[in-house]
Amino acid sequence: MSVPATTDRTTPLDRARALAAFKLGDRTFYWLTRLSALIVLCLLGGIIISLIIGAWPAIKTFGLDFLVTRRWAPQLSPSPVLGALGPLYGTVVTSLIAMLIAVPVGIGIAIFLTEFCPPMLRRPVGVAIELLAGIPSIIYGMWGFFVLAPFMTEHFMPAVIATFAHVPVLNVIFAGPPSYLSLFNAALVLAIMILPFITAISRDVFQTVPPMLKESAYGLGCTTWEVVKNVVIPFTRAGVIGGIMLALGRALGETMAVTFIIGNSFQISGSIFSPGTTISAAIASEFAEASGVHMSALILLGLLLFVLTFFVLAAARLMLARLQRQQGK
Amino acid sequence: MNSLYVARARKDKIVRFLCLSAAAFGLIWLGLILFTLISKGFAGLSWAVFTEMTPPPGSKTGGLANAIMGSIMMTLIGVGVGTPIGMLAGTYLAEYGRHEKLSFYVRFINDILLSAPSIVIGLFVYGAVVVPMGGFSGFAGSLALAVIVIPVVVRTTEDMLLLVPNQLREAAAALGLPRSLVIRRIAYTAARTGLITGILLATARVAGETAPLLFTALSNQFWNVNLMKTMANLPVTINNFVQSPYEYWRQLAWTGALLITLAVLALNVIARLLGTERKPK
Repeated sequence: MSVPATTDRTTPLDRARALAAFKLGDRTFYWLTRLSALIVLCLLGGIIISLIIGAWPAIKTFGLDFLVTRRWAPQLSPSPVLGALGPLYGTVVTSLIAMLIAVPVGIGIAIFLTEFCPPMLRRPVGVAIELLAGIPSIIYGMWGFFVLAPFMTEHFMPAVIATFAHVPVLNVIFAGPPSYLSLFNAALVLAIMILPFITAISRDVFQTVPPMLKESAYGLGCTTWEVVKNVVIPFTRAGVIGGIMLALGRALGETMAVTFIIGNSFQISGSIFSPGTTISAAIASEFAEASGVHMSALILLGLLLFVLTFFVLAAARLMLARLQRQQGK
Repeated sequence: MNSLYVARARKDKIVRFLCLSAAAFGLIWLGLILFTLISKGFAGLSWAVFTEMTPPPGSKTGGLANAIMGSIMMTLIGVGVGTPIGMLAGTYLAEYGRHEKLSFYVRFINDILLSAPSIVIGLFVYGAVVVPMGGFSGFAGSLALAVIVIPVVVRTTEDMLLLVPNQLREAAAALGLPRSLVIRRIAYTAARTGLITGILLATARVAGETAPLLFTALSNQFWNVNLMKTMANLPVTINNFVQSPYEYWRQLAWTGALLITLAVLALNVIARLLGTERKPK
């Protein structure tokens, strides 16, 4: 509809009508946008409420014992025994190992890209990393299942087990027998998956360092490494930590990259070469066949995962917000 | 003095070497993944993949036609439902409520949703849609994808609208344009390529999502375009085929994986090209 032209011929009535139409459109649009913003808020509330409702039977049955029970026996009749300790352990252990591998490598790549890389390579390598961050996680999971797990199990694990066989503590962590389905293989796939993510964030954060600061340090005779260590990293610390926590949030909740190769075993064993499970893998592999309290317990696991990632992600956002404020100064 | 200098230079060299090896290490893994994907995926690529249905157990023929169709439908509907809500919410954050308390909360919650575990979103839709409707359906799958699309679009819309210079808005307002038209005609137009980029990236993000579809859309062995029934889709089909004992199923899984990756990468590249086109202006 076109707006009536305000020439001499228009009567005051026409103008009033047009203005009223404008006002109505304005109001409607404003409330539509506000409503949509509220929908975003409601989504979070909806997720939490829906999970609590679904998990309620399990909360009532197991209470706080759910968090400290190691046993997972859904088939037990009349009353199944279900505990979250196994999946919680697996989630934390795989994420920690993944972070131990991915953080140094990811930050190393970011330093390489921003400080050492010849300018000609900078863009193509950067773009490649960003594209790889977009590959769906199920692809990483498949590749881990068919390619990485067999390789690691046949070549890497036996060597490590033999090396540490007589070292106390380490011979428990790296105890055999090697298994295709293991916490370590899952963690390795996770690490490869979050690597581009950590690199991309760290690189963006490193690029916020004002060139003036870096050049003053170079002017004082610093080597590149000294500039990185004394200027770039202190300046961006909050941002890097925020990025690491975002990646941790991802690793904790990742499903498809780990489900195939973690083995879905609820046992807790000290060895990282033995099968285990994570919260998300447990949900993905058991939900379809579950019913009653078993299903409810899986939803409760989902609720735990959501709460866990919520705090990690919230902390990450606060760190990143701090960096932004610092830049604004 | 001289030895100190040598030591510093050596340290610098060591770090240089470590960073270079980190880059090589990272790129080798990622290159390996692409290599496996392409070599195994292309081996199974044929017309049958696009024309035949997913095979029953043990069969040596069959394709992914129903899964491809289901994936396209659910992705489009998910993006179609999520985009308007996301864009309007992003508009509120950038235009109306830039400094309001509500925007602060919405922004924070949106950032959390942006990286929330997708399997939890699957559980949410299971509880909120699948249970009340009495069964798994393509509709539920689309909604799960829409929930993932919304935060992505909110974020990019807000970012892109904030890039539009205020003088444009002021000039339009000075001509007597009401605020909603300033936003729709001026701000949206100025930010158009950015907004499209955001939508493309959101599409790429959900095209490969598996976890939220596992117990919402489920899967379906037959051709189905009825949204109220279970619907085949590429990610869940791959998930089911990877762990199967049948060689032919595994081959199809690789081919499906290649198709998804190509689609996702193509969307990313188009989004990137659009994004760089805008800058020189």
